[in-house]
Amino acid sequence: MAHGESGSAPRVPLPSAPMPEPLSTRQVEHVARLARLRLTPEQIEQFRSQLSAVLGHIAKLEELDVEGIEPMTQPIEMVNRLGNDEVSPAMSLADLLRNAPMVEGDFLAVPKVLADGGGA
Amino acid sequence: MSRATALEVRDAIASRRTTAVETVGAALARIAEHNPAIHAVRETYPERALERAAAVDRTIASGGAAGFLAGVPILLKDNIVTSYGKTTCSSKFLENYESPYDATVVTRLEAAGAIIIGKTYCDEFAMGSSTENCAFGPTRNPWALDRVPGGSSGGSAAAVAAGFAPIALGSDTGGSIRQPAALCGVVGLKPTQGRVSRSGLVAFGSSLDQIGPFTRTVTDAAALLEVIAGLDPHDSTSAEVGVSDYLAHLEEPVRDLVIGVPTQYLSASNDASVAEAISVAIETYRAMGAKIESIDLPLTDYGISTYYVIAPAEASSNLARFDGIRYGRRATPRPDEGLEELYARSRAEGFGPEVQRRIMLGTYMLSAGYYDAYYKRALQVRRLILREFEAAFSRCHVLLGPTSPMPAFPLGGRSDPLSMYLCDVYTVNTNIAGICGISIPAGFAAVEGRSLPIGMQLQARAFDESTLLRVARMFEKATQFHTRVCPFGGPAGGSSSAPLAGRRG
Repeated sequence: MAHGESGSAPRVPLPSAPMPEPLSTRQVEHVARLARLRLTPEQIEQFRSQLSAVLGHIAKLEELDVEGIEPMTQPIEMVNRLGNDEVSPAMSLADLLRNAPMVEGDFLAVPKVLADGGGA
Repeated sequence: MSRATALEVRDAIASRRTTAVETVGAALARIAEHNPAIHAVRETYPERALERAAAVDRTIASGGAAGFLAGVPILLKDNIVTSYGKTTCSSKFLENYESPYDATVVTRLEAAGAIIIGKTYCDEFAMGSSTENCAFGPTRNPWALDRVPGGSSGGSAAAVAAGFAPIALGSDTGGSIRQPAALCGVVGLKPTQGRVSRSGLVAFGSSLDQIGPFTRTVTDAAALLEVIAGLDPHDSTSAEVGVSDYLAHLEEPVRDLVIGVPTQYLSASNDASVAEAISVAIETYRAMGAKIESIDLPLTDYGISTYYVIAPAEASSNLARFDGIRYGRRATPRPDEGLEELYARSRAEGFGPEVQRRIMLGTYMLSAGYYDAYYKRALQVRRLILREFEAAFSRCHVLLGPTSPMPAFPLGGRSDPLSMYLCDVYTVNTNIAGICGISIPAGFAAVEGRSLPIGMQLQARAFDESTLLRVARMFEKATQFHTRVCPFGGPAGGSSSAPLAGRRG
């Protein structure tokens, strides 16, 4: 079954896709920081080997020729649907704050954002 | 009563052969008695459920219209929010989360008179294929308590198999309704992307997630879909496509039915019992006059690779909201620590290993330098997968194959993440392409002196649930695998079950 552009020649898998290099400890630490996950060195090591194995499997996608294929972010093509500009009942502040671990008055409480080592 | 279908229960209540209060009470009693062994239900809502059941009974007594599913007990997967009780996604992070609103499916079910009796365990944030990633302990398969029910909606599947409720809802991102339905011997339907509103479904992979029914019959699946489907102003990705009357045409066999059987679905790596059941199923359809067409779907083998780019990428974005500030678990703050460190410790404490693994994977693939190589390429392959399905559906009405390559496996039997991922080889592409699929009972495997259910998957083109359900119903009618009752817990229900003891064909 052809799945190429305009249903022409089938896309033949390329002979071999190179196995990606396993992730380094530094790379995994960097990703953990981007993901806001405080991991132990043992977890970093475990993820390093597990993620490398999954990435090895994913490398199979390299076998396919995707030249000129438009990426598909959503399976069902749709355009933005605009809502009517109408006032409707909103949730109460009490409902919205009910699940917050720490509240001061009507505000969510957080540590100092500009503390050393924190923030952006 | 515990083995009656939803529509039988509804009709019995409507004709006053039983009451909604009695029905809901019996379901709650069965859960109380047998849930400790199966661990499928996380919490129940007895007070609210019995109150609403009493209201249904009053409406019926006064001759009023009580709704399409009036008095029918239903369980929800733990990632569908209700404005009462808790919604934890079976995660420590949301262990105490109380939603301020109801999911749209909840509103629709209650408008139809269904009685929500509780929530079921799942793999944490719906990530897994065995329900072993549930932070509060695994669910067990009612057919064999030392085996998994599948996942991620394992609690809903096990609960329906065990007769806790005739119907339940789950969510399916890469097979999370169909695979546990197969492993528990029930019907599981993943509707087309956009068919059912996701408002109030805790997001995992937004371009893949879909809510759908667990039932014991195809007829109940059609009925439940009819209640929950349709456009929703609260979900801008719900489709503006009319909802068919799925029940009205269900019994009409599809004329000149062409069943496509992808050669890749008959892989030599399928368990022998599964391979046998599927070849018998093909012959069953052939005997009914269907034309069997061999189809080539070479991209089947690229599904898992594509899925494990798109799903973790979307998960890492969706789960970024869990910062421990507005809701969810917050680590105990330390005096010298900044906000970022608090986020990182809260997330590390609250998320289990599989959720962390997927967040890491998705973050890596979306990070600078890797985006094109992984994410963009996966989205390009996604389009190729859709085209391959579209070409197939120009030649056949539905595609047939196994739901899962194997029946239920032992708890702890797949500890390596990649081997767990490969369980979903036949189901992920349905979500990747956004089409619809259903798993229905198709036989049993004899394993260690027990019968383990085998599921058959049918897939149809987007928004063609009507054909999908009709083709499934043809098989159900001809085979009756669905009438084989899971031996767990005995035929409970006491004397009230008498009027409903006989199952319909």
